[in-house]
Amino acid sequence: MRPTILAGALFAIGSLSAAFAQSSGPIKLADVAELSGGGATVGTNWKNGIDLAVEEINAKGGILGRKIEVTHADSQSNPGVARAQVQKALDDEPYVLLGPGYSGSVKVTAPLAADAGITQIMGGEAAELTQMGDKFLFRTSFGQQSSMPKVAKYINDELKARSVAVVWVNNDFGRGGRDVIVKEFGRLGITVVADQSTEAGQSDFAADVSKIKAASPDAVFIYLNEEESARILKEIKRQGVTAPLIGETTLVGQKVIELAGGAANGARGHVGLTTDAPVDLIKQFRDKFVKKYNYVPDHNGIKGYLAVYMVKATTDKMGKVDPKAFADTLHGLTIKATEEPGMLMDVTFDEHGDIDRQGFLVEVVDGKQVVTQVLPKLH
Amino acid sequence: MASLLDLLVAGLATGAIYALVAVGFTLLWQTSQTINFAQGEFVMLPAFLMLAAMHAGAPFWLAIVIGILLSMILLGLAFKMLLVDPMLRHGVLPLAIATMALAIGMKEAVKQFFSAEASPFPSIVPTNDISVFGHVISLQSLGVFVVAILAVMGLTALLNRTSLGHQMQAAAQNPTVARIIGVPVERMILLTFLINAVLVALASLLITPIYLAKFSSGEVLGQAAFIAAIVGGFNQVRGAIAGGLLIGVLDNLSAAYVSTQYRAAVPLIFLIVIILFRPQGLLGRSEERTV
Repeated sequence: MRPTILAGALFAIGSLSAAFAQSSGPIKLADVAELSGGGATVGTNWKNGIDLAVEEINAKGGILGRKIEVTHADSQSNPGVARAQVQKALDDEPYVLLGPGYSGSVKVTAPLAADAGITQIMGGEAAELTQMGDKFLFRTSFGQQSSMPKVAKYINDELKARSVAVVWVNNDFGRGGRDVIVKEFGRLGITVVADQSTEAGQSDFAADVSKIKAASPDAVFIYLNEEESARILKEIKRQGVTAPLIGETTLVGQKVIELAGGAANGARGHVGLTTDAPVDLIKQFRDKFVKKYNYVPDHNGIKGYLAVYMVKATTDKMGKVDPKAFADTLHGLTIKATEEPGMLMDVTFDEHGDIDRQGFLVEVVDGKQVVTQVLPKLH
Repeated sequence: MASLLDLLVAGLATGAIYALVAVGFTLLWQTSQTINFAQGEFVMLPAFLMLAAMHAGAPFWLAIVIGILLSMILLGLAFKMLLVDPMLRHGVLPLAIATMALAIGMKEAVKQFFSAEASPFPSIVPTNDISVFGHVISLQSLGVFVVAILAVMGLTALLNRTSLGHQMQAAAQNPTVARIIGVPVERMILLTFLINAVLVALASLLITPIYLAKFSSGEVLGQAAFIAAIVGGFNQVRGAIAGGLLIGVLDNLSAAYVSTQYRAAVPLIFLIVIILFRPQGLLGRSEERTV
């Protein structure tokens, strides 16, 4: 009998201390991000944004008086690895799961978090992510279903283009964006004269650009990840394509500008988040980030930062650390930047986990993102 | 349909870089039976050595010199003395596997000590365009092609026209007889390793502005150069040049006219056809294998 009693006692002590840790120890957040591989830029910015926010919040006494503790795991930009890392992270029962940034990785990890009843705040932008009926998944940026119509409208109204070439990366992110925008083009009566798929991690874009050039479109819509965007911009310049280049955040981000140099000039796009936005809180964020990391973050840095502040704002709203009630509280929640400056701008989360916030149209001029238009929050 | 001329120019430019890398491949094989599966990573590393020199404050030209010198020390001398010499005694296969391990080690080291993210890299050739017969051609493509071809021609001249070159060829073709007639075979072998290091550093300098400096950028290059060397003929420098140019053009044409998804498969299919019908390669000569 004795071993049984001993085991029972140990178990009791174990569960007691676990319960104790849940209610009074640090709040545990688990981050799984693209720290290496093709998405290293995405994941590194995201991680740095998270660390900055955690440091700030902890310096001010934490959330409801409890410090935040965050762990980072590397998905290697690979959905399979991401799934394993998320499973491992969930086994440690975090309060909230942060990441991944790649839509493909989010797609395969979201069911795990949902099964565990843990809220997942992620960086993915593929339209389908929030249309799968997942009750625990939240975005930090616009999904494609809200950004692509704005891009298509710009190409139609402002550029008055009647034909476009669409270049997209053949993964969940790229295909999702391509499908939404091609549908929009169809609705607006714009002809797609070249529909060019490319591979993730592709180095050589000479053939792709030759095809675009041969199709001589009025505008080129580019929807690739950051490094590939930089490579194709260089190739487009090399081959002397003169049509306007339009994209989303991944075409006009800081990292793309750094990598593509002069070839990025003239590229335009819709961005949900940019450190060049004419918003005071974003400027302050940018300064703090540059001071800590010595480089200007792209939108992924802001996303990581916002993810942690979403945890803080929601928990403050609940008045308690309750992983089960977290997602319900965040659905339909409006957070004002005046109340929680860490959110940088007023934002509303809908019942799908999608966000409503102001957005920006930008153009790269002399190696800098210049905001040409502010698109207001819808509701 | 895409312009054939654009595709040919771009294909020849990449092909010329494949040729540089493939030539190094064949040189190592001929003189010391080394199949270097880390050859792609050998192209990746010099760019990072040059970037590190620039971060330390060196101007670009000096960084290039430092990069090439360090490549000669690390990828030439150290590679031969620390990896090839001890492993070759155990046969060609263990050495080939050791170079695969080296490739992984190099990638991880760059990731660890530099960054997993891509970095921009300055171009030594101007990036603007020129007009040829009313057709816009990228000066960068042309420059890359010219520099690579000049390097290969210089090497061929060295091998065929100078006493040093003849000694190297002798050492490669029959080390025993070469030794008898007084050729310093060991020194000649070391020289090929140093030449390979310079070739990969040059390839690095030319390709990195286009592909960006990234720890994984050697994977594609290494594979392309390996295919180019086999297609052209593993035992002939001129075969490696032809193979490189051919693979570069083939890759671009297949991306344009077949499909981007299958572009990587076309050179491989071509490789299989060559192995089946002309195993010595397009310009190679069949040889009696001693190993």
